[in-house]
Amino acid sequence: MAELNILEAIRAGMDEEMERDPNVMILGEDVGKKGGVFGATDGLWAKYGDKRVLDTPLTEAMIAGAAMGAAIYGLRPIAEMQFADFAYPAFNQIVSEISRMRYRSNGAFGLPMVIRMPYGGGVHGALYHSQSNETYFTATVGLKVVAPGTPADAKGLLKASVRDPDPVMFFEHKKTYRLFKAEVPDGDHVVPIGSAEVARPGKDLSILCYGYMRYCALEAAETLAREDGVEAEVVDLRRLRPLDRATVLGSVTKTGKALVVHEANRFGGFGAEVAATIAEEAFEHLDGPVTRLAGPEVPGVPFQHTLEDWFMLNPAKIVEAARKLAAY
Amino acid sequence: MANVKQATSLGHRELGLTDEQVVEIYRQMLVARGVDERMWLMQRAGKIAFVISGQGHEGAQVGITWPMRRNHDWMAPYYRSIASALTFGMTVEDIITAHLAKGDDVSSGGRQMPGHYGAAKYNIISLSSPVGTQVLHAVGIAMGAWVRGDDVVAMSTFGEGTANQGEVHEAMNFAGVHRLPVIFVCENNGYAISVPLDKQVGGLSVATRAQGYGFPGVTVDGSDPLACYAAAREAHDRARRGDGPTLIEAKVVRLTSHSSDDDQRRYRDPAEVEALKEHDPLVLFANRLREAGLLTDPVDERLRAEVKAEVNEASQRAEARPDPDVATAELHVYADEGT
Repeated sequence: MAELNILEAIRAGMDEEMERDPNVMILGEDVGKKGGVFGATDGLWAKYGDKRVLDTPLTEAMIAGAAMGAAIYGLRPIAEMQFADFAYPAFNQIVSEISRMRYRSNGAFGLPMVIRMPYGGGVHGALYHSQSNETYFTATVGLKVVAPGTPADAKGLLKASVRDPDPVMFFEHKKTYRLFKAEVPDGDHVVPIGSAEVARPGKDLSILCYGYMRYCALEAAETLAREDGVEAEVVDLRRLRPLDRATVLGSVTKTGKALVVHEANRFGGFGAEVAATIAEEAFEHLDGPVTRLAGPEVPGVPFQHTLEDWFMLNPAKIVEAARKLAAY
Repeated sequence: MANVKQATSLGHRELGLTDEQVVEIYRQMLVARGVDERMWLMQRAGKIAFVISGQGHEGAQVGITWPMRRNHDWMAPYYRSIASALTFGMTVEDIITAHLAKGDDVSSGGRQMPGHYGAAKYNIISLSSPVGTQVLHAVGIAMGAWVRGDDVVAMSTFGEGTANQGEVHEAMNFAGVHRLPVIFVCENNGYAISVPLDKQVGGLSVATRAQGYGFPGVTVDGSDPLACYAAAREAHDRARRGDGPTLIEAKVVRLTSHSSDDDQRRYRDPAEVEALKEHDPLVLFANRLREAGLLTDPVDERLRAEVKAEVNEASQRAEARPDPDVATAELHVYADEGT
């Protein structure tokens, strides 16, 4: 069992998949000799050469569109958007083309491809290197959307995404890349894209989250247990689309209280879908208002550190929201 | 009376085409025109909701597609690519079935509008409606072939209006960087719906842009299928040699309005519309074939009768096919249904 951080786990996942299947290739900006701006592909160019680890021009639409063509041809491309914030030039390819190809061809063309996107704030990246824009993609039918919160999940979900017959948007929270190390099972560790995980069991309220928020929620849950005697259950959604409704509803049915947490802004965010699902399907089990804790309604993360701290969710904010909900 | 044995070359023999193949090219143009005209008739009869036409583009499309290897090379077409699709393997019945949006339409099972060509069984990539996206898909095919070391050529076709999309620039630039085996085909008919070339294309030439991408750009007379064939064959050879992409700009005419929802008399001078007929590639090519002794009136009449019969029979079969079943409308969202 190796101790890896999330960045190392993602790299190991890609390395193993490239070793296993010669059809797997990586393309993106600076993914080659440099190994990616965060180092996610470090060492892979030297190992697999400059065709399978392909530096592209600064053209995000091309990265997504060429990956789609290659997937049609039979390859399994892993496309990297350097930052999720820069994916918008590729939005047409992702939304008009990649998500709709299987449906519009009546099942004739499938797209086994992954688009990796570093997202999220807390890294002094300001408005254009900090966005949590997963909602655009979770709202798009035909895409799968994944957001791991642990090294084991990062590796296992990455490997499952590469093997998936459909396009997967793979959201990696930048702040988690080197945040902590944890054990990653040896061997061919694949986490099927399918289920949420109860990261911490509890009986008093459910905290539903993903990505970096899993880390924050677990810390908040410790504080709540220690200081309030409140046992929060932390559910890491891991896969946002399709949503694992059974695990979400199972947890909320047990605790009667749901706190949905994400860094993206609240209005029409992914949490609204989770909240609506709970309201519709677990109404009679609820013992308090389905509550959302989300990023503020501003267009982006401001740069200066006190402004950025104001923007970011953290364990203390989760504790505060959970206390209010627990008081019902 | 002229006959085939006494025929002179139109330059095709020097290109390696036999006299029979040249007549076959002409016949393929006739087929495309025949299907296209039938689509308009069916639209007016209320059987088809929408038509977007390739009339006037047939010489370019047949000539340029001719060197492409069926079921081996790949094509990412656009909405006027009726003759390209037919030349690359789609049947008359496939095309009509797709226009009628029948349940077993090979392009989309009745999910897409008419003119959205595509079929996995013919290596034709399914087309969407936002223009220019398909050019990147052809580049992706070429990239895949290049990564694997396969002898495969990809082609993408588009209009001169689409040539201005950023994705087309991104596609050509990337293909130029890695000398990918891809052929870019701009069918320039002078109008992007209603907006003429001089309001769409700075410099008035799409082909010259290729210089900036580091590969050849050639302009050809799109009413001359043999000139188009020659350019495409050279482009195909270049791609297979590993010498990279070619951009072919074929000057064509749009004989019809943009689509069945458009009336080009609102923005084109009546004299200009009238003069279009003089540039009809079918008429021009038939005349050249006759002058060279490659085509006689009886042969032309026989070919036209054959095409008419083929279109009639295909239409009848297509119309008899079942409509899509609503129970299938949620299929093929994901490979693992129900997720």
